[in-house]
Amino acid sequence: MEITPDHLVLLRWGFAQLNATIVYTWAVMLLLVLASWLATRRVAWEEPRSVWTKTLEAIVCGLRSQIREISGGNGADEYLPFIGTLFLFVAICNELEAVPGWHAPTGSLSTTAALALCVAVSVPVFGIRKVGLKGYLHHYMSPTVLMLPIHVMSEISRTMALAIRLFGNIMSGSMVVAVLLALVPLFFPVLMQVLGLLIGLIQAYIFAVLAMVYIVAAVRRQEEVPREQELKGEQTNG
Amino acid sequence: MDSSTWIGITSIAASAVCMGIGAVGPALGEAKALGQALSSIAQQPDEAGSISRTLFIGLAMIESIAIYCFVISIILIFANPFWNHTIAAMPGKAGGI
Repeated sequence: MEITPDHLVLLRWGFAQLNATIVYTWAVMLLLVLASWLATRRVAWEEPRSVWTKTLEAIVCGLRSQIREISGGNGADEYLPFIGTLFLFVAICNELEAVPGWHAPTGSLSTTAALALCVAVSVPVFGIRKVGLKGYLHHYMSPTVLMLPIHVMSEISRTMALAIRLFGNIMSGSMVVAVLLALVPLFFPVLMQVLGLLIGLIQAYIFAVLAMVYIVAAVRRQEEVPREQELKGEQTNG
Repeated sequence: MDSSTWIGITSIAASAVCMGIGAVGPALGEAKALGQALSSIAQQPDEAGSISRTLFIGLAMIESIAIYCFVISIILIFANPFWNHTIAAMPGKAGGI
């Protein structure tokens, strides 16, 4: 039994091989780009909008309102491209599990590790853009320098947790269906597959929300630093 | 009994114990978190949105512990490195040298 689509090699060319994960990831990317291009191809103020455009608008507005709630009002549009892409990609990967013969790319640890690494890199990028390098590095030293290894360890472990959570949930869903197909092939696997679709959507939501929470936590913590310094300055002045 | 039998027995027993014990702790934690969240929503229905969002994040965190146990069980059963090593080192068997 295969526990990851990485082992499913579709094409071998020299030492390079094209496995199912890469192919299905390309398929999802193509689908997303094509769908958004087709939906936003002819948008004008005067004409009534098509169903596809409205659907896309509803999705983007929902994402933006969720991000605004978590980030506390300001700068939602700054995070929307990254968080929205993460959510849409993971959600489409998981939901296409309903298509027969589909291997969700998120059921492979390499895909989820790559997504989690994107989140791990984006946290300092957003943080440094907000307060600068010095302010960002300061939060590793707060409250004392002794906390430095613990801060670093928590960043590594939460990145790992992000990757393994998504991988484990999706992999376990397809694995349970495969085991049930061998035991009770008639009706029960369908129910588990429906549950798997629900879990896939929830995991996509959780992945995006956790990425947002990590970014917001970093940005907010760094906003507190100058405020503390201001307070100290006022105390010394007064 | 040779070493491959022992590895098979211990892998399956260990994965069963890992999944069994690993499910108990997160289940208790999730039950407690859900109960608290429900009583908070009953007290303050206006805050239902933010409570349930925080609850989702917390449940995902707790759930990931159970998922770690599940991943280790799956690795022990389907992709056991010790088992593969023993089978590969065994002469005259399938997948041997």
